[in-house]
Amino acid sequence: MIPGALRETVARDGERIVYVARDRLLAAMHWLKETPGQEFNYLVDVTAVEFRDRERPIEVVYFLRSLERRADIRIKVELPSTDELVVDSVWSLWHGADWLEREVYDMFGITFRGHPDLRRILMWETYAEGYPLRKSFPLRGRFSRAEQVRQALNANPEAHYSLEELSIAEAGGDLPEDMRDRLRRGERGVIPEPPPS
Amino acid sequence: MKHVGEVKSSNYLLTKFQELVDWAVNSSRANSLWPMPFGTACCAIEFMATAASRFDFARFGMERQAFSPRQADVLICAGRLPFKLAPVIRRIYDQMPQPKWVISMGACASTGGIFDNYAMVQGIDTIVPVDVYVPGCPPRPEGLLYGILLLHKKIKGESLFDAVRRREEQPLDDKGLRLPPETIDEISEPFGNSVHQFRSS
Repeated sequence: MIPGALRETVARDGERIVYVARDRLLAAMHWLKETPGQEFNYLVDVTAVEFRDRERPIEVVYFLRSLERRADIRIKVELPSTDELVVDSVWSLWHGADWLEREVYDMFGITFRGHPDLRRILMWETYAEGYPLRKSFPLRGRFSRAEQVRQALNANPEAHYSLEELSIAEAGGDLPEDMRDRLRRGERGVIPEPPPS
Repeated sequence: MKHVGEVKSSNYLLTKFQELVDWAVNSSRANSLWPMPFGTACCAIEFMATAASRFDFARFGMERQAFSPRQADVLICAGRLPFKLAPVIRRIYDQMPQPKWVISMGACASTGGIFDNYAMVQGIDTIVPVDVYVPGCPPRPEGLLYGILLLHKKIKGESLFDAVRRREEQPLDDKGLRLPPETIDEISEPFGNSVHQFRSS
């Protein structure tokens, strides 16, 4: 029995869907990954669903696969929309969750507690219009087109890289001082000192 | 001494010096355009087909594709442009030396196309000045070739001596925009039978 399991349904294709209590998510995931006979060692995807019915909770969906057993399972966590949208990160179990959870954060605004680098991944970091896949988000965005163009043209294309990628590119000299401080303290990679001029 | 106008050979041409220079310069420019492909989507596939042997835009002097903006004459934006790429294409455009032209290939590059949403630039003419718009979704290679020939025609109509029509750098204004905000809003409006939708703010 999966720890924290609330109820279970079957998808149209015969795949198991298990709803798990939010505070037992990590326990359930750890059990599914490590227990012999389960061995769901591959995290296929993390995504979220918001329903048209605003009363229904937002669901965070985890697609797991056991490569040895050739079995799939879906784990769902319900987040009531009245409540804070926070769920534990499964990054400690599957490091592949890093970008998947960043995408869910970017599109839905769901915070993953314990994620090492929770930043926007598709939209740029200074994007201020909200979370595009939420039902409350207008299709064309909140700002006028002129404002969107202005913000886009004033964006710095290099700012989309992570600190690690920037340190690889040895872009150290071009970075703002606070970012270089963070890098020197060892957050996400080490950046070389700019060459003495 | 001969009288004026009495010329033995029939092989002569009377023209103004300016027109001779314009003819020489503009034919050379038009017939050896170096394209800078900026392919983001399915239009880029048609662009590749246009460059490949069956259609082969090398026949029109575009033998050498420049994958560096510093050695390019014409920027061909093939595909939709998300806002995240807007500063990139603007920088590429700024890096191209004068004279330079821009072809907007396909519905999405020209108007945003079906992507009338929060992430997509509604026409690259809000970012860079465009010379030729090629319609289609995506345009067939013949369509792009026709656009290139129209650009040839436009180039051949330019003049080095005409101060008004001479090509100038078009830098962004102090707000970082190419066009006034009202103009951008106006040309970004939905059109056709696009579903009307109000903004929340």
